[in-house]
Amino acid sequence: MRRLGRRNKRVLPGFGLSLGISLFFVSLVLLLPMTGLVVETSGMTWDQFWFTITDPRVVESYKVTLWTALAASLFNGLFGLLLAWVLVRYEFPGKRIVDAVVDLPFALPTAVAGITLATLFSQNGWYGQWLAKIGVEVAFTPLGIVVAMAFTSIPFVVRTVQPVLEELSPADEEAAVSLGASDGRVFRKVIFPSLWPALVTGIALSFTRSLGEFGAIIFIAGNTPYVSEVTSLMIFIRLQEYDYAAASAIASLVLLASLILLFSINLWQGRYLRRLEGR
Amino acid sequence: MAAQNRRIGDQPWVRRSLIGLALAITLIILVIPVVVIFTQALSTGWSAFAGNDLDEYTLDAIGLTLFVAALTVPLNLVFGTALAWSVTRFRFPGRKLLITLIDIPFAVSPVVAGLLYLLLYGRNGWLGSWLSNYDVQLMFSWPGIVMVTVFVTCPFVARELIPLMQQQGSEEEEAGVVLGASGWRMFRKITLPNIKWALIYGVVLTNARAVGEFGAVSVVSGNVRGETNTLPLHVELLYQDYNIVGAFASASLLAGIAILTLIAKAFVEWRQSRAEHATPEEGGA
Repeated sequence: MRRLGRRNKRVLPGFGLSLGISLFFVSLVLLLPMTGLVVETSGMTWDQFWFTITDPRVVESYKVTLWTALAASLFNGLFGLLLAWVLVRYEFPGKRIVDAVVDLPFALPTAVAGITLATLFSQNGWYGQWLAKIGVEVAFTPLGIVVAMAFTSIPFVVRTVQPVLEELSPADEEAAVSLGASDGRVFRKVIFPSLWPALVTGIALSFTRSLGEFGAIIFIAGNTPYVSEVTSLMIFIRLQEYDYAAASAIASLVLLASLILLFSINLWQGRYLRRLEGR
Repeated sequence: MAAQNRRIGDQPWVRRSLIGLALAITLIILVIPVVVIFTQALSTGWSAFAGNDLDEYTLDAIGLTLFVAALTVPLNLVFGTALAWSVTRFRFPGRKLLITLIDIPFAVSPVVAGLLYLLLYGRNGWLGSWLSNYDVQLMFSWPGIVMVTVFVTCPFVARELIPLMQQQGSEEEEAGVVLGASGWRMFRKITLPNIKWALIYGVVLTNARAVGEFGAVSVVSGNVRGETNTLPLHVELLYQDYNIVGAFASASLLAGIAILTLIAKAFVEWRQSRAEHATPEEGGA
């Protein structure tokens, strides 16, 4: 094995060149810019830093961002699972179109999604006027943030669950059915145990994306202080006030949270994939 | 026998209601919004639509947006291909870390991404203040827009290539090299045909995001009409000016690119599945 590995390295060309380009690019584009944030925040005293990140208006934005992102990603967990299930299990006219359209939120610029959702859910909009009749207001409320987040991140769940559903072997399921188990029971006991790691990954990706979402949200949220301001907007507002230090303090917190989420999701996926391969 | 092979959810009423629900959701969440973009854009007629999109500032915004994409896409094409080649064809310490690092732009908020560049290259940044000694100003002008766009779009090509190249393995390439092909010839004749479609889709995705990036560009642009205004920023400006029809006229151009992206994806997947079905037949013959 060892000899083979060494031979491999010698046979295929381009190791130095490709790794060199990759490392140069990653350092220059992804890592170097982080130093600016470190320099800016290290210029603050601990008290200044703490005062900035615990400002009541900012704290309120954390709360709003967290609960709306959680609501949006759970919604996506449910409906993403349904969409993935229908796309894998059933044949119906227009299936290919539905499958293609699922990726729309990734392809559509967030600002376009933002003004479109704001128009749809406004008081005179196609959806807004119907929702108003049952007393539900979406535009200019935190509910609008949930809608924007759910829209921009729904493909994550569909696209992580779909391949797992496709690979699922029918044998266990058919055996359970023929032994007389109800459909609900088979889903819970046979299918869900193989499915949930992918579902959790999809929900986590959707949550991470929602935490950072900006373009789609600001048009529909109304951006009322203490009510419907998300944290990425708080950073933007501090920047427009030329308060770079405050913007950096809040951003460092957001960046840390998203990096922790990213590494956790990758570790989780790695562990789960190893388990699948080990079988 | 048929009863034994039954899988769950096959009963007609379950089937029909789940498909119906999925179609309804797709229609409400995904299809109608696109319809709204175009009906709003055309709500005052075709000539007004054309007038909105041929307006001087809109044309400037389109030009800048295309220019930014034209610089971003080749850069990330080279980077994505090099990265995919190094992590799928060789084993080295830190390989997994490298794969995780390129996902950073997916996890980081676009506003934070813009801020990172502003802090480093802005007038007060340690690199920016040094550059300003040489009269180089990157932020609040087009180079800054290109830089943050490269940041937010750099994972796409690599993310499309890595799983495919891992799955394909390197036997064909090794055979080519053993038979005496030069590195460049091997890449052109063996690797490139195998990864062609994934590469094209990676480029399409990179382009879609490069054209549509809003948050990060908004932080570093300075929003000067006719100068540093990209099409998504132009959409925002028009919308804030209560020029809703104008905003949707510009938005419909971006939505058109998004729809072309989806069509390209469907086409690429179709080609790939055809290639996969074709290979075993050739092997058996």
